Amino acid sequence: MSMPNEEYNDVEGGLGLFARRLIAYIVLVLLTFLCLFWFYLLFINSSRSNSELSRGFTLIPSTFFMQNFNNVIHGTLPIMKGMRNSFIIAGTCAIISTYFSAMTAYAIHVYDFKAKKAIFTFILGVMMIPTQVTALGFIKLVEGMKLMNSFIPLIVPSIAAPATFYYMKQYMDSTLPHAIVEAARIDGSSEWRTFNTISLPIMKPAIAVQMIFTFVANWNNYFTPALILKKDEMKTLPILIAQLRSADFLKFDMGQVYMTIAISIAPVIIVYIILSRSIVGGVAVGSVKG
Amino acid sequence: MKKKLLSSLLSVAMVSALLVGCGNTATAPAAEAPAAEAPADDTAAAPADDTAAAPADDAAAAPAADEGKVLNIQAWNEEFKSRVTDHYPGYEEVDATHGKIGDVDVVWTITPSEGNAYQNNLDSVLPGNVDAAADDKVDLFLVEADYALKYVNADVTLPLADLGITDADLADQYDYTKKVVTDADGKLKGASWQACSAGLIYNREAAKDVLGTDDPAEVQKAVADWDKYVETAKAAQAKGYKMCSVNDTYRTYSNNVSGKWVQNGAIVIDPNLKKWVDDSKALVDAKAETTDDLWGDDWAKGKRADGKIFCYFGPAWFFNFCLDVDDESTIAHAGGWGFCEGPQGYFWGGTWICAANGTDNPSLVKDIILTMTTDKAVLKEIATADSDCVNSKSVLADLAGSDDGNIALLGGQNPYAELAAGAEKIDLSNLSDYDQGCNESFQQAMKDYFMGKVTYEEAVDAFVKSVQEKYPEVTY
Amino acid sequence: MAKEKKKTSQVVKYNKWGYIFLIPFIVVYLVFQLIPLITTIYNSFFENYMSGLKQVGPNWIGLTNYITIFKNGDVPKYFANTMIMWIAGFIPQIVLSLLLAAWFADTRLRIKAAGFYKTVIYMPNLIMASAFAMLFFTLFAKTGPINSLMIQMGVFTEPYEFLTYTASTRTIVAFMNCLMWFGNTTILLMAGMMGIDNALFEAAQVDGATSTQVFFRVTLPLLRPILLFVLITSLIGGLQMFDVPQVLTNGDKTALRQITTMIMYLNNHLYSKNFGMAGALSVFLFIITGILSIIVYKFSTSESNE
Repeated sequence: MSMPNEEYNDVEGGLGLFARRLIAYIVLVLLTFLCLFWFYLLFINSSRSNSELSRGFTLIPSTFFMQNFNNVIHGTLPIMKGMRNSFIIAGTCAIISTYFSAMTAYAIHVYDFKAKKAIFTFILGVMMIPTQVTALGFIKLVEGMKLMNSFIPLIVPSIAAPATFYYMKQYMDSTLPHAIVEAARIDGSSEWRTFNTISLPIMKPAIAVQMIFTFVANWNNYFTPALILKKDEMKTLPILIAQLRSADFLKFDMGQVYMTIAISIAPVIIVYIILSRSIVGGVAVGSVKG
Repeated sequence: MKKKLLSSLLSVAMVSALLVGCGNTATAPAAEAPAAEAPADDTAAAPADDTAAAPADDAAAAPAADEGKVLNIQAWNEEFKSRVTDHYPGYEEVDATHGKIGDVDVVWTITPSEGNAYQNNLDSVLPGNVDAAADDKVDLFLVEADYALKYVNADVTLPLADLGITDADLADQYDYTKKVVTDADGKLKGASWQACSAGLIYNREAAKDVLGTDDPAEVQKAVADWDKYVETAKAAQAKGYKMCSVNDTYRTYSNNVSGKWVQNGAIVIDPNLKKWVDDSKALVDAKAETTDDLWGDDWAKGKRADGKIFCYFGPAWFFNFCLDVDDESTIAHAGGWGFCEGPQGYFWGGTWICAANGTDNPSLVKDIILTMTTDKAVLKEIATADSDCVNSKSVLADLAGSDDGNIALLGGQNPYAELAAGAEKIDLSNLSDYDQGCNESFQQAMKDYFMGKVTYEEAVDAFVKSVQEKYPEVTY
Repeated sequence: MAKEKKKTSQVVKYNKWGYIFLIPFIVVYLVFQLIPLITTIYNSFFENYMSGLKQVGPNWIGLTNYITIFKNGDVPKYFANTMIMWIAGFIPQIVLSLLLAAWFADTRLRIKAAGFYKTVIYMPNLIMASAFAMLFFTLFAKTGPINSLMIQMGVFTEPYEFLTYTASTRTIVAFMNCLMWFGNTTILLMAGMMGIDNALFEAAQVDGATSTQVFFRVTLPLLRPILLFVLITSLIGGLQMFDVPQVLTNGDKTALRQITTMIMYLNNHLYSKNFGMAGALSVFLFIITGILSIIVYKFSTSESNE
């Protein structure tokens, strides 16, 4: 801290580049540790037996990894089916939610119509309603529609995702100028085509970001699925984990609980890493800029 | 064709609903029976009406062939399922949630109890069960003692007598297990295969250190009532032990209250619970008891000698499943625990089987309840294979008198005589619908008082607030 | 539509697509959210709950539910709890996110393996909140590693019960929220930065601006829409805080209830299926969120118009 005024003073006016770099790396390494430590802990815990787990905390893996794994896979709970269900719900939600949110944002961003302002304000207002607030009414509705034990009430509502829409709208404000749409119109492109083949590709980073968020949020969602899905073969992973945690004393096994958590995290990590490339790696951004 | 089917189902459902509405619950199961066949036979409309309109007199005796093809069982975990799979003759497992008994399909619906989900689920399916489609009708459901009365005191549960189960069939069971599922009119509405009388499980080394003996009879003298217990706890503290957690002792106090939680619509804090508060506060202040939550890491430390815990409170199932006997570092592995009755008799845990009103498999339901809770061969098997303390006076007497009942982790002690004696003493006349909610809230609210963060009055206010959130009609 | 004049028909032809593109959102919203919302509001004027299996109500009682919640002081208290924990988590979160986003965008700093760090920071969000809380539970237990470490280092003389004291529990909740969401925020900011024309940065550097100047004069103003988004969604997310404190404190049923958030309070009323009280509380929550969001929105847009 005492040396910055020496070297890059003329350019930086603040800390020297070296010092800034050092601080940056220290913070980043620390954050990396804070971010990855939990995965290590989960791995350790999933390799321990129930009685070892009750003994408390350790950083050294134990020998029960395969045993826990086999117990979970061959156990009575349909973990694999749960994973498939979670994939169907989270995957479909991620796709339709981002697609339709982009479409909604596009409608507000590009077009000019009477109710535009009203609708935009309305959607912003809608964003403020917590899910839990409407939960009671939601169950009654789903029961009335005879859609209990179905994926439909979990997937279709994601079309109307105000927060995703708002993000898309904000992103469009800074990256999608009307000139592009005008140009496409002059070229004779239909509105439908302009949206799908010209505007959507520009939105790629925003779509990737929101796809990850939506996927993860739905993958880990316990609240709504637990209200709707009652049949074992329809349940998602978080419900199965809750079920495992409330097992009777005969079957209660924290080793299996941690193993199930570990198993359920693995696919999200994979999906995340695939999708994150399109953000982190830097997609060819902004067709206007060039 | 579909429409016709639907209308036939509807008419059957309506007629049977009318019958049940008349209060003649005994005929309901029989009236339901034809509905089960309707799906297979789309011309069933007329015959179904006929049968339903002429109620059969003896529901329970109806041949199984006329009954539903699907047996639906609601549970919050897999305990009962594994008991049925292992011990009910003729049960074949198909997959995790399906089985077969003869040509009846057994469907298990398992809803975790987390966040009250299990009861919420029962609350939504049971009231409409009589009118539900045949294959969706709940036949059996399981309850715990803490909230059993909620369902027993409602019409959703069928009296066992209506199934043809007599008092004589259940004579070998402990009375307290019947009290739990007896409704306000004295009708018995469920049965359990477990008798979970509990006592004090003490650390033999600690007992020698503090009391100079680890003999169960001598230790029992030192904890025979709460005053002696408090003295012993303070003596244990002087030797560097903690007695246990305030949450360990709670059930023992709360099982021995002199009145119900809610009387004339108002909350009443029983003298025995006030005593729990006073005793616990004194012991926590003296650092002789902890405020650890049950099942937490801190609480579990006592399973090993270096945890320096004098005792746990628990029933028979606690021995094998909560003391980590397989782990070489535990006291249990070295056979270092002892068992005595403790200051007051109480019970902990147990699962009760209830028949749902509207069941279309009454004779199968009857047979399952009888086999699982009264068949001595089955109960003996459960006691030895699964270490359940079974709900049979004669089986427990057998165990108490034989070496089969000696338990290694108790240093070879045979606890069954104490367990049986404890089960006889349990008095549940003050059980009420509000127990689960009130007990939970009371323990949680008092924690801040024990920790010295609020006064007793403030803790009581918080308790009342929490109870009123659960049961808005209750006053204080 | 058919009567429109020919001249404007071209524009109208385009603009009707605005409505067409809005159809999916509006239809789904009306069915799956508006109907339940109206049911909820409607219910708030009734006494309507279950006690055991007994259904009480629905009886019309007007504003009684609202008055009850206001009178007993619950709403202000739990609102304060929620906001304290949100702010305590959000400030470090936004600072950290801005710092990271600035570093990653800084061409002079040239962080090596930036891709790795960018990937890693979001990962805590992949863990279920309940699993995350379970881990923190073991970590901060009385006999857990943090306590043994502190005792070994001589900081504590006896174990500190982190999760039974208000300040420490709130700090842990805030820390967890920050850790779970700072990556999310950073990604949003970076995606926003990718929309900024690189030429702007280069021009600023050519003009001799320092990194700090570039950040405050160029990056921040251009990030305003995304920052606004982050602020509003985080505020809304903060008001909806539930999982982490709920699991960490097992529902915070202690006498003090200084960890109880608005939604945890709402959840307490769901236990008795108290449609009336839960409804009234929901309407409150809706109004509070609305007011706060409007304030934030007005504040930031008026500033940008200067």
